[in-house]
Amino acid sequence: MMAHTLAKEKNMDKILRVNMSNLSTSSENVPAEWAGLGGRALTSTIVAKEVIPTCHPLGKNNKLVFAPGMLSGTAAANTGRLSAGAKSPLTGTIKESNVGGTAAQMFARLGIKAMIIEGLPTGDAWYGVHVSKDGVVITEETELIGKGNFAVVEALELRFGKKTGVLSIGTAGEMRMLTSNISVKDTDSKIRSHGRGGLGALMGSKKIKFIAIDDTAAPGITLADPDKFKEAARIFAKALISHPATGEGLPTFGTAEMVNIVNAAGGLPTRNFTYGQFEGRENISGETMRETIIERGGKPKHGCQSGCIIQCSQVYNDKDGNYVTSGLEYETIELMGANACVGNLDDIAAADYVMDDIGVDSIETAVTFGVAMEAGVLPFGDGKEVLRILTDEIGRGTPLGRILGSGAGNVGKIYGITRVPVVKNQGIPAYDPRSIKGIGITYATSTMGADHTAGYAVGTNLMGVGGGIVDPLKKDGQVDLSRHVQIAAIMLDSLGLCLFVGFPAADVPTCVPSLIDMLNARFGLELTPEWIGGLGMTTLKTERAFNIAAGFTNIHDRLPEFFEEPLLPHNAVWDFTGDEIDEFWNF
Amino acid sequence: MNLTIQLFATFRNNRFKEAQMQFADAITLGQVIAELEITIGEVGMVLVNGRHAPMDQELSDGQLVALFPMLSGG
Ligand code: SF4
Repeated sequence: MMAHTLAKEKNMDKILRVNMSNLSTSSENVPAEWAGLGGRALTSTIVAKEVIPTCHPLGKNNKLVFAPGMLSGTAAANTGRLSAGAKSPLTGTIKESNVGGTAAQMFARLGIKAMIIEGLPTGDAWYGVHVSKDGVVITEETELIGKGNFAVVEALELRFGKKTGVLSIGTAGEMRMLTSNISVKDTDSKIRSHGRGGLGALMGSKKIKFIAIDDTAAPGITLADPDKFKEAARIFAKALISHPATGEGLPTFGTAEMVNIVNAAGGLPTRNFTYGQFEGRENISGETMRETIIERGGKPKHGCQSGCIIQCSQVYNDKDGNYVTSGLEYETIELMGANACVGNLDDIAAADYVMDDIGVDSIETAVTFGVAMEAGVLPFGDGKEVLRILTDEIGRGTPLGRILGSGAGNVGKIYGITRVPVVKNQGIPAYDPRSIKGIGITYATSTMGADHTAGYAVGTNLMGVGGGIVDPLKKDGQVDLSRHVQIAAIMLDSLGLCLFVGFPAADVPTCVPSLIDMLNARFGLELTPEWIGGLGMTTLKTERAFNIAAGFTNIHDRLPEFFEEPLLPHNAVWDFTGDEIDEFWNF
Repeated sequence: MNLTIQLFATFRNNRFKEAQMQFADAITLGQVIAELEITIGEVGMVLVNGRHAPMDQELSDGQLVALFPMLSGG
């Protein structure tokens, strides 16, 4: 058992290191070049500097880096996002996976600018990590090994108190499955996820079952100019409320509002990306979900962290009014509901709960089921079998469970399937790139592998967010659009903002200036809006340089061949040439 | 002429989900929206047969018009 005291330099932000090779911990002052960074900009900078790009992601040279956003821990709305960075076990690229929940705000209040977990323990023992104002303690763990995330959260609340923050892995992470994620406790002791990129496997390789966070008597955030901050935070909150997407759409229908929108546009992945519309879409729509939730006494809107004024989350109950799951996202609903044809919210919600519990990414896992269904492993639409496989096969690590737990790309290879929707081995989320082409450029070029949150072109393609529609069915303007939203996403991911802040940031003129004002008032700086754009570009280039050093080339910035097949209803095809895609990197 | 109108999200409140409706020949998209008592400013996305269309587009018999308020976010 080891501890390192942080208490001395109370108000100075720190970098914490947890070395699992010798089970030691230390804290360092923040190097000058990291001082102006946070969230994704910081995790990617640290990974690029300290991780050997060609290393094995589950070996001794990979590191798992957590960093709260630059504005996390303050009273400003929707600023409590946590970034987790590493070389991804799933893609082999650099990875930043972003999450809500309570951990980022706790880290920030403890003055933890980043926590870097490195090395590998020898031997078979598992560990728990406890972080508090007094430092970091690593303790051998036996009780919770083999347990699901919900049991882990419950047990840790008993052990450390109700308010404890939790980052944990489920059984899938313990088994180092490539679909495994890192769970983060939310305000209701339920779970949000660092979903993408198999980071649960990385935490599992380091033999860490959980990280518990106690922010009792934390030094808290010292604002350079509290009055200026307060005023800017007020303007920012007003911008969030005034935009119809964040002020009305998301709190009313959740992200599931996208089901009908994307279906109408002909880009709703259906039957493993065979069709662009789903007959049963009304049953899985945001509109139906809202009615169902209200009827059953759930919560149609709900925040995953304190200070969330958008409240895209919800609490979904069963017919008898018992809790089933929360934070049921469009991606999960669409990919299970239409792409795997499960078609009803109750089965999807039940699957969502199990995925959270065993700790697998609901996007990667749902895409995997689509591929497995095409391969004949189970029939399309068999929600009960999905549930059984999640619980009895993947959750227990049977041979079939390990195959499916290795993600869509590997399942496609193992079963000899050509319709395998992945880029850089990461499953394509719930927008077909043939009929929503801007998001296709993001899938192709993102340093993360296929990831809609890396550059959400959908808002502009379909709804004209940011100054008018860029026709989703035409190639014109998509590369520029994707570049623009990818750079903007880095701003959001680095400041600790929820992705949805991107809509008011694009449309409400006071939004970005208020963010800059908050940054300046928080840190006593004089940053300009140009600085933010520069941060996005620099970070993107840093990430790409890592990927190139890891062996990736422009040839990996391509969509799977099957997207050349026409997609109904528009007979849309993916017809970007390699050169056209490569234009993305001209900046 | 006949058009199929689909409404989504809050546009359904006190209206309908889907209806076949009669309109004057050569009516424009903007006029159809006005007849539904929806202001153009509320419209986030409007598709005619699944494609984005300008407000002055003349519609023809049998087309499908899908109307969404401003929503975004997955
Ligand atoms: S808008 Fe949704 S994801 Fe963002 S902080 Fe609120 S509940 Fe969490």
